[in-house]
Amino acid sequence: MEFTLNEEHRMVQKMVRGFAQNEIGPIIKEFDRKGEMAPFILPRMAELGILGICLPVRYGGQGMDYVSLGLACEELEAVDSTLRVVMSVHMGLNSMALLQWGTPEQKERFLIPQARGERIGCFGLTEPGAGSDVAGIASTARRKNDQYILNGEKMWISLATKADHALIVVRTDPDAPDPHDGLTAFIVELDRAGIKKGDIHGKLGVRAGSTGWLSFQDVEVPTENRIGQEGEGFKIAMSCLDNGRYTVAAGATGLIRASLEASVKYAKERQAFGREIGKFQLVQQKIAHMVKSYEAARLLYLRAGWMKNEGMRNTRETSLAKWFATDASFEAASEAIQIHGAYGYSDEYDVERYLRNAKGAIIYEGTSEIHQLMQAGYALEYRQDVHLRCELPVYDAEFWHND
Amino acid sequence: MKIVVCVKQVPDTAAKVVVEDGQVTWGDAPLVINPWDEYAVETALLQQEAHGGDVTVISVGGEDAKEAVKHALAMGCDSAILISDPAFENADSLITSQVLAAAIEKMGDVDLAFFGRQAIDGDVGATAAQTARGLGWPAFTLVSAISGLDPDAGTIQVERSLEEGRQVVDGKLPAIVSVVKDIGEPRYPSFMGIRKASRAEIPIWSQADLSLEVANPAVTWPEITNPPKREIVTEILSGDSPKEIAETLVEKILEEQVL
Amino acid sequence: MMTNKIWVYIDQFKGEAIPASWETISAAQYLTEQYGGGVTAVVAGSQVQEIAKQAIQYGAEEVFYSEDSTFDEFRAEPYASLLSGLAKEHGPEVILFPTTSRGRELAAMVAVDLKTGLLPDVTALEVQDGNVVATRPVYAGKLLSKAVCSTRPQLITLRVRAFPTPDLDDSKTGNLTEVPAVMSEDDILTKVAGYTESSRGVSLNDAAVIVSGGRGVSNNPALNPPDGMDESQVEIWRAQEGFKLIGELAEALGAAVGASRAAVDAGYIPYDHQVGQTGKVVSPDLYIACGISGAIQHQAGMRTSKVIVAINKDPEAPIFRMARYGIVGDLYDVVPALTEAFRNRLSS
Repeated sequence: MEFTLNEEHRMVQKMVRGFAQNEIGPIIKEFDRKGEMAPFILPRMAELGILGICLPVRYGGQGMDYVSLGLACEELEAVDSTLRVVMSVHMGLNSMALLQWGTPEQKERFLIPQARGERIGCFGLTEPGAGSDVAGIASTARRKNDQYILNGEKMWISLATKADHALIVVRTDPDAPDPHDGLTAFIVELDRAGIKKGDIHGKLGVRAGSTGWLSFQDVEVPTENRIGQEGEGFKIAMSCLDNGRYTVAAGATGLIRASLEASVKYAKERQAFGREIGKFQLVQQKIAHMVKSYEAARLLYLRAGWMKNEGMRNTRETSLAKWFATDASFEAASEAIQIHGAYGYSDEYDVERYLRNAKGAIIYEGTSEIHQLMQAGYALEYRQDVHLRCELPVYDAEFWHND
Repeated sequence: MKIVVCVKQVPDTAAKVVVEDGQVTWGDAPLVINPWDEYAVETALLQQEAHGGDVTVISVGGEDAKEAVKHALAMGCDSAILISDPAFENADSLITSQVLAAAIEKMGDVDLAFFGRQAIDGDVGATAAQTARGLGWPAFTLVSAISGLDPDAGTIQVERSLEEGRQVVDGKLPAIVSVVKDIGEPRYPSFMGIRKASRAEIPIWSQADLSLEVANPAVTWPEITNPPKREIVTEILSGDSPKEIAETLVEKILEEQVL
Repeated sequence: MMTNKIWVYIDQFKGEAIPASWETISAAQYLTEQYGGGVTAVVAGSQVQEIAKQAIQYGAEEVFYSEDSTFDEFRAEPYASLLSGLAKEHGPEVILFPTTSRGRELAAMVAVDLKTGLLPDVTALEVQDGNVVATRPVYAGKLLSKAVCSTRPQLITLRVRAFPTPDLDDSKTGNLTEVPAVMSEDDILTKVAGYTESSRGVSLNDAAVIVSGGRGVSNNPALNPPDGMDESQVEIWRAQEGFKLIGELAEALGAAVGASRAAVDAGYIPYDHQVGQTGKVVSPDLYIACGISGAIQHQAGMRTSKVIVAINKDPEAPIFRMARYGIVGDLYDVVPALTEAFRNRLSS
């Protein structure tokens, strides 16, 4: 059992860290305050290959493994959550689903341009009236000859106004006895007639990002855009979340690390009662807890990444990693603010942004509560993983590196 | 073109470097490519992109001094050579330059060899000029831009960053060039480069491979210490007039040697 | 036959000696106390006889100089051949150079010619057992080393301003010997094509010296605004006048201009100059804070500066606690006085 990162992984970590710290770090506060996504971020991440990091070279990707994806997400979110959100939706929820479920034609049309960063992908599951209750999805796709007609609205969609493609899950069979079986997944070009999109402002966090809504009015999509079979939508959505959650878990780990590093730095600089505040036990306690959270979160997400590499089903492990890391990142950020005192309450320092960003991750990609139910379900054996018709491909270096 | 870039492996600049029991230590801070050398690698790669050819990265160091070389490979260098021999331990800049000159000669037909301005451990900054002198090649140091390169005609023109301003110099190839930051920010390693670098088998050349026999180093560091701890003692200056106070301060500042 | 053991190289640019070159003579004089004999200077370039005479006046007993046309512009190759040739012939113990771009390169190449060691950027010297023990900062100044060279000559470049400038005695005389160049123009592989003076301002990030202004920069009731100026603009106008003074001091020092958040927020100066938690974190050798109170978030941006000087009217300002030197006074009086004092002192 190896607990150290190999050379390749270390180099990936260093490279992404360098990019995030050098190019995003200096400007992120400004964009967070403005509530805008810096226009250069997506093109630059595309240029550096980060948007295709763990996809095979033959599909336009960079050929790295799933652990590398996690490492990259940790480094991105240590600078700002919005960078990792890009990876969550473009890669985790969308591109990896195409890798897993897509037909060769779909891979050609959608995956390759996304891997190259020529097109940006997003994920449309949540609706104004359906979040945790996925079965409550109301958007519809009505089959008409060799097309589907889409109607409905998706909300809280990251990169809604920036993306070119959306992987959406909508209802094709309103009469299915079990509503879970009435859902179908599609990949949709967002420049099709009848699609409107807009930004959502006024969010507590991830303000330097892009969150929005998509509206479909009689949008015609060819059957070739359907992912998997009719009725497989729910299973596909859940497998998308296995990958999206992995990126969230890895990212939240980076957020814990950022809180920890900021706290250690401040505790050594700030003086009170005649000494640096790092000498006080209650401050030390907070830092000790951050260390505990960081190391545990890290091991959990790396295990999930390793399992993906090995081709092992990891729904339970990824859910555990996401739940643990996101809850812990909120706690860590809160304590980091406390260590900074009044200065932590001001956006002069980064820690208040960490807190606001951390809260979002406890809600999306499965609320903390949903994950608790999942974990109890596994432990009590009330829940078992459903067999998937298509599994996430095992990481095979030969296959990944060659054209 | 046949291009060489010479790099050194040093402790990370962020590392806490202290002396313990007379020895320099940096704890478990990583060893990295000398930051100035990244600029040299970048320049080498840009020249390759403009004029074709290949770039070989070479480094004098211990057998496990591969981080620096691998980083350069990951940035895009085509091949690497590590030069290692017990005889080179504690090498001073003269010996290092002799070793590098021998390696460059052994490689043969090299047009250009790039160096970073100085290594952040020894801060000597002489290796580039000394290697050039050993080879009988011109040395272009403190280069901030390569304004002209004609491999066929065998000529090069550079801009140098001197205290007094920018100087333009013409010269003949083959040449040694050492660069400063203005030359352009180094690229990140690409993912493909990272894969290549981690799989790379890096040949090691010993003293015998270079047909060299170096002397003992002329320069040694018999003592190395932590700088004296600076307790801030605030001195409030006073005087009869602003002029007098100012003159007092100026003398103090000059004594501090911070100008 | 010249037998002085301690030599110095006088660096010059466009016929003017680099002032740091004179510092080598005081260091050389210290070494002659240990090694005996006098100091020999070497200088080459176009019309350097004046410089040669100055070297005598600063304390060298004799000077080798060359005005060969190949030396019109400094190029390391021919200069090194000249110096190496002279050193081979006369066998000095030590050759001192100022650490300029030229001095460093020259010393490096002479080291190769003479197969000897180089000790660059030295801040202190002593002699032990016939060897010079040179103190030099290493690891970017994090540590201090003592270095020794076992071969001869010992080539040492001295950090600028680490050693004093000797007194000038224009009554002194000595031997001036002209020497020929060693390399012919055809043998030299480089040509200097041209040169442009640097005029761009110093960037805050890399600056070794920074002069910063804070809220206090606008506080000069004695300064009368132009007639008819709107009240709301008077404060900014006063601040800009204040920043002019700061800019002049910065120029005299070759420094960058910084500002506190208070000054930027008040509109006195653009954001790119802001030093602090928000803004740039800097670590210059010298930081002069004018009219800055020194709140913790400004401190976060400059606390690792090597030497901090604070100028503030308020003796209780927190900045004084972190400053090495403090002046309690009006920056409108002190800053111009400083500018003048530095100008006078640095040009001599």
